[in-house]
Amino acid sequence: MLGKLTWDAIPFDQPIPMIASGVVALGILAMLGWVVIRGHLPYLWREWITSVDHKRIGVMYTLLAMVMLLRGFADALMMRMQQSIAFHSQGFLPPEHYDQIFSAHGTIMIFFVAMPFMIGLMNFVVPLQLGVRDVAFPTLNSVGFWLTATGALLVNISLVIGEFARNGWLPYPPLSELAYSPGVGVDYYLWSLEISGVGTLVAGINLVTTVLKVRTKGMNYLRMPMFCWTTLATNLLIVAAFPILTATLAMLLLDRYLGFHFFTNEAGGNVMMFVNLIWAWGHPEVYILVLPAFGIFSEVISTFSGKPLFGYRSMVAATMAICILSFMVWLHHFFTMGAGADVNAIFGIATMIIAVPTGVKVFNWLFTMYGGRVQFQTPLLWSLGFMVTFIIGGMTGVLMAVPPVAFVLHNSLFLVAHFHNVIIGGVLFGAFAGYTYWFPKAFGFKLHEGLGRAAFWCWLIGFYVAFMPLYVLGLLGMTRRMQHYDVAQWHPWLIVAASGATLIMCGIAFQIAQLAVSIRQRAQLRDETGDPWDGRSLEWATTSPPPAFNFAFLPEVSGEDAFWQFKKRAAEQSGSEEKPEYRAIEIPRNSPTGFVCAFFATVMGFALIWHIWWMVAVGAIGAFVTFVVFAWRDHDEDTIPADEVARIDRRHRAQRHAILSREAAE
Amino acid sequence: MSTIALTDTHHGSAGRDWGGPAPKRIVTGYGFWIFILSDMIMFSAFFATYAVLLGQTAGGPSGHDLFNLRNVAIETAFLLASSFTCGMASIAADFRNKVWFQSAMAVTCAFGLAFLTIEGREFADLVARGAGPTRSAFSSAFFTLVGCHGLHVSAGILWLLTMMAQVFTKGFRPDIQRRILCFALFWHALDIIWIAVFTVVYLLGSAQ
Repeated sequence: MLGKLTWDAIPFDQPIPMIASGVVALGILAMLGWVVIRGHLPYLWREWITSVDHKRIGVMYTLLAMVMLLRGFADALMMRMQQSIAFHSQGFLPPEHYDQIFSAHGTIMIFFVAMPFMIGLMNFVVPLQLGVRDVAFPTLNSVGFWLTATGALLVNISLVIGEFARNGWLPYPPLSELAYSPGVGVDYYLWSLEISGVGTLVAGINLVTTVLKVRTKGMNYLRMPMFCWTTLATNLLIVAAFPILTATLAMLLLDRYLGFHFFTNEAGGNVMMFVNLIWAWGHPEVYILVLPAFGIFSEVISTFSGKPLFGYRSMVAATMAICILSFMVWLHHFFTMGAGADVNAIFGIATMIIAVPTGVKVFNWLFTMYGGRVQFQTPLLWSLGFMVTFIIGGMTGVLMAVPPVAFVLHNSLFLVAHFHNVIIGGVLFGAFAGYTYWFPKAFGFKLHEGLGRAAFWCWLIGFYVAFMPLYVLGLLGMTRRMQHYDVAQWHPWLIVAASGATLIMCGIAFQIAQLAVSIRQRAQLRDETGDPWDGRSLEWATTSPPPAFNFAFLPEVSGEDAFWQFKKRAAEQSGSEEKPEYRAIEIPRNSPTGFVCAFFATVMGFALIWHIWWMVAVGAIGAFVTFVVFAWRDHDEDTIPADEVARIDRRHRAQRHAILSREAAE
Repeated sequence: MSTIALTDTHHGSAGRDWGGPAPKRIVTGYGFWIFILSDMIMFSAFFATYAVLLGQTAGGPSGHDLFNLRNVAIETAFLLASSFTCGMASIAADFRNKVWFQSAMAVTCAFGLAFLTIEGREFADLVARGAGPTRSAFSSAFFTLVGCHGLHVSAGILWLLTMMAQVFTKGFRPDIQRRILCFALFWHALDIIWIAVFTVVYLLGSAQ
């Protein structure tokens, strides 16, 4: 009846997962209780869960990422604590638990923190920057988000019911094959990524189509803000790389469920093929994460320097060059596998070539700041922290691109330090810069500046304290993923690294405090202009938060930095406000399709993990029926009457006019 | 400052400027093309796998021992013919002719089912002869690649029936026309993939 699922699946004897999941469950129950008792449930259902508005979906993606960041960071903290005390000792985490923690940490941070954070920001910002009312496929957008949430949910269920994978964030066979990993851990990993991978692919198709086909009048390719370009590049990579992940994981699933022989030791299976396939997705994935961050930094640096982006066209060229080159370097992840000196040399050189367009970008950012009136606010601080940190991480990367060096350093903590150096310094700092920068656009008030700075400094210093020792440890010969060790030389460095993780924890605490304090002080922090940073691109042309339809009239663009030009023109011809004729606007109607679909996907995924076949059928049929019901609806759009549009837009214009004339008087 | 100076002189005539968001039909078709491209990339992973594992028969039968090209030729004929009738259905949809549309779709469905039946019998026969997907890495790769195409055809048939029902109940509304467009793209794309399967798996495979 319930397949492999019995009471034994719940780890009653292990206090850490039981207490952690107990606290989480209590938290969720308390929140649900509060929502229901206060009568917020209809609001939540109507305005958020069933919303197909790209802004709402973007916010939900980002929220999911931030919640999962807490989970992923808790894992990181436990690992650092374990290694700081596990000298000649077992520490507090037994090996089978420790192995699950580092696997879950990597999986969560990449797939459920970095990815949804970036996709959330792209979702929220790109249609606004392109001057349009929504993405190409609003309902599909909601489906994509909820499928991502399904994946995240399954990973977290594994904390209580069963176990998670113990073979690292990429399930290398033969360890991940049934013979060596007979439990459900790998299945949790595989199904949650297959399901959320569909969600990511959907988001990728949606955003590629949006950038290429849904732009406002006059928004030529070479007038798009840099973030739109990096969004295009990222989503092209998603569309081109994620199907490889889906196929590869599907093959591993077939091996595990039906006894196929893709990656097994026997019957002709080829383990090395898995490593090639997974990195043919995995390397582009690195750029899927970091390219949007590059876009965010471009926007932030240009805005806070009061200057157009230096070398816009070279930045576009560099972005697209990275997009293509990222598919040509996957082999540098396994120089030691034995492809031979010639192949290694070619891939080593190709890897170093990627540093060239990246270098172009760094110089462009520096020259954008040069001679500008630079305002050192939190988003810019994150950008500066990024530039310094990312260059260090990039250089250690180029170092490891030398195959003989890789032979010495592979699988060591040097590697761990390197990729945290680029992913924290690049992706996460970018996400935080974007979060601070666009928060007022999303909610109508700024985030508290002082607490933001405190969070930044804790993160920056904490990062260096936590990860620089790992470089040293790598050179001292410490391999990654060690549950305990007996080399006295390593011990002090690991204690330093643990204290760095504690500093990062303070940074996260400041971020939580920042959010809480900002919500409480939202009246003082209110952004009435819709343009709190003196921005340059079109998202700042509308109110904060924008109305459901984004723009009463689609703006007409005649050059780069569209909004900057509008402002300039408005200042020149002040007073001559035209009286526009408002029309009713059609916006896509909310739909529970995404949520219901994800519900059935969760049921199906869970059933597949535990081999509950009747439940698999229920889930599959449910998902299909949902789609048919969706396809049968007769009204897919709501109309906002012209009066309502006029009311909203006139208020915005009056507000902005008042501010402009106040500024002119000063 | 330079960008502001460039504003109006930059791109010359306004006629070359982007004209605003594309109409829904273009957007939908374009997005679906992107999906098809991504689907083809997934297939390319399975093709690459098949190419790598082609010789890994672990002492079991190879493609040369197993493939019946006559069967495959009939299968191919059914699928190609179904693409033709699918094209007929698209034309009928353009002319908003329900009778022609439904009959062309019905024939497409029948051909698709014929294709699946032949494929199913081939698979069953291979399993019965002890050359099922668990026999060797080669047979795993074969069953997965060809089976993945077969799954796509099955999903296509489900979609086809849904479209027939939609046209029957709702007629040729613009949104349904767009779905017919996407379905036709999907069905033809499966043909393209089958051409590759036929060549790489069956023709090259039986030559080994």
